[in-house]
Amino acid sequence: MRTLFEKVWDAHVVRSAPGEPDLLYVDLHLVHEVTSPQAFDGLRLAGRGVRRPDLTLAVEDHNVPTTDGPVTDPVSLAQLEALRKNCAEFGIKLYARGSDGQGIVHVVAPEQGRTQPGMTIVCGDSHTSTHGAFGALAFGIGTTEVEHVLATQTLPVSRPKSMAVEVVGDLADDVTAKDLALAVVAALGTGGGAGHVIEYRGDAVRGLSMEGRMTLCNMSIEAGARAGMVAPDETTYAYLRGRPHAPSGREAEWSSLVTDDGASFDTTVTVDAASVRPFVTWGTNPAQAVPVSGVVPDGDPHALAYMGLTPGTAMRDVAVDAVFVGSCTNARLSDLRAAASVLRGRHVADGVRALVVPGSMLVKAQAEAEGLDVVFRDAGFEWRSAGCSMCLGMNPDVLAPGERCASTSNRNFEGRQGPGGRTHLVSPPVAAATAVLGRFATPADLS
Amino acid sequence: MPYAGGLVPLRRASVDTDQIIASEWLKRVSRTGYGEGLFGQWREDPSFVLNDPAYAGGSVLVAGPSFGCGSSREHAVWALDDYGFRVVIAPSFADIFRGNAAKVGLLTVVLPEDVVTALQDAAPASATVDLDARTVTCGDVVASFEIDDFTRTRLVEGLDDIGLTLRHEADIAAYEARTAHRAKS
Repeated sequence: MRTLFEKVWDAHVVRSAPGEPDLLYVDLHLVHEVTSPQAFDGLRLAGRGVRRPDLTLAVEDHNVPTTDGPVTDPVSLAQLEALRKNCAEFGIKLYARGSDGQGIVHVVAPEQGRTQPGMTIVCGDSHTSTHGAFGALAFGIGTTEVEHVLATQTLPVSRPKSMAVEVVGDLADDVTAKDLALAVVAALGTGGGAGHVIEYRGDAVRGLSMEGRMTLCNMSIEAGARAGMVAPDETTYAYLRGRPHAPSGREAEWSSLVTDDGASFDTTVTVDAASVRPFVTWGTNPAQAVPVSGVVPDGDPHALAYMGLTPGTAMRDVAVDAVFVGSCTNARLSDLRAAASVLRGRHVADGVRALVVPGSMLVKAQAEAEGLDVVFRDAGFEWRSAGCSMCLGMNPDVLAPGERCASTSNRNFEGRQGPGGRTHLVSPPVAAATAVLGRFATPADLS
Repeated sequence: MPYAGGLVPLRRASVDTDQIIASEWLKRVSRTGYGEGLFGQWREDPSFVLNDPAYAGGSVLVAGPSFGCGSSREHAVWALDDYGFRVVIAPSFADIFRGNAAKVGLLTVVLPEDVVTALQDAAPASATVDLDARTVTCGDVVASFEIDDFTRTRLVEGLDDIGLTLRHEADIAAYEARTAHRAKS
């Protein structure tokens, strides 16, 4: 009797010894420009190579400009050039800026079919938890560990505990996977998942699309969990069919990647699906959320002061300066469709700067084929190319001090979108409705 | 050999790695020089603890729960280390941060919330951290902490993890041979 997590873990243990972490094999190592240069330097210093360049995939995403034209920031350019040089030297496939496959690492790997059920996947990025949506064990690592995986294709890791997040009941029609993710993070708090790998369970999770499951697993780290997983099923297989790097004929094997009846979890948390509403965060960590219909709570004074909010204020009365639709949480085609469906025939409120940054160049092309770019542009949004962009303010897309932003990203930390910027996390439909009214709103508020 | 250093209180919960080192600093390609950016936004406030001369030279940071949450950036550990911190004490840490700290040689110590508060109150007094006895001592406060032998040995001896793993290269090769039937992407 084993959980899904235990099955994937057990299948990847290279070596196990008492009193030591297990040595875990890594099936897919994702690399980007920001957390890898020091790791490649370490390899060179020690005279080591990359053990499995064929299991390593690199992208340029964190600091790339999402407007056309050259990279003008010399520091960003140096980092991108370092990645290109490192990939060429060690024979690693790179989706560079300007190539068709470029985009955010956690959007690109799934859409290329690289992310598959039962895999172990690591990346020097905490939102690697996204890939757990496929029943993979996927987690973020630091740069020293990146070097370790490059050199050995393994990682010594102490086995985390298992946690079941049981979502009971059905989600309402007006809520999204993002709202469910915010509900889970609020239920657990920023550290509630620490030391655990979450498995998301229940009919409401089964009912999510693959893109919705990725949104949910993406934010596992915001509850402190190492990883989040969803057992693969027909939805997973249907998503993978026909993707360039997805193998065929593996469904029978993958179908064993479920938690056995009677297997036990170290921790179980129940979330009532009926309690999930269109949410908006009010504070400076992702656990601080209220329904859009709610009021600013009498919460952490430091967070309230930073956010410039007074307890008791209706969220619908809070005006925004900017709206960002993007990030590895919510920049896939279904996210763009959801936002566009709200914006069709409407326009962004005066004084609000709005931008949409597709998660990958493939998402961008698919959206353009459907005419979504026209919907966004007609509504007053800027239509950009792929990258992490305003999620973390490493490229030119940043908030000015004091500016308030409704963002479909994953972190509302102080200064996350630019020094002094104020971030409110929302779903794509809430972001779109908020852009139209200039204040926090749901699509229902527009009719 | 016990380590002694001045306590620096950071009375905040859920200190995320974006606060420890802002993303602007992540564009660099080196491992050094991040101390200047440590808690960059908060240091703009003259009343922030790192701007208080009473705590100058302190090397044991005492923070609230869930320290180091958020981004996996190892730069956060590099910044704390480069600034001069050798130990961080908190009621709890985020997993990735704690793993990164162990790799770099920054000791993280989990102590109960009341002990953490007592140490914050005792700052800027000096505390002694003993890895052999697994204790933190500051005046009347004597607290035991847990650290597994594996991590402790690495901290004390500064071992090369990659070198250790490569001693098991035959195991890795055997694993690869055993799983070669799995079609990889």
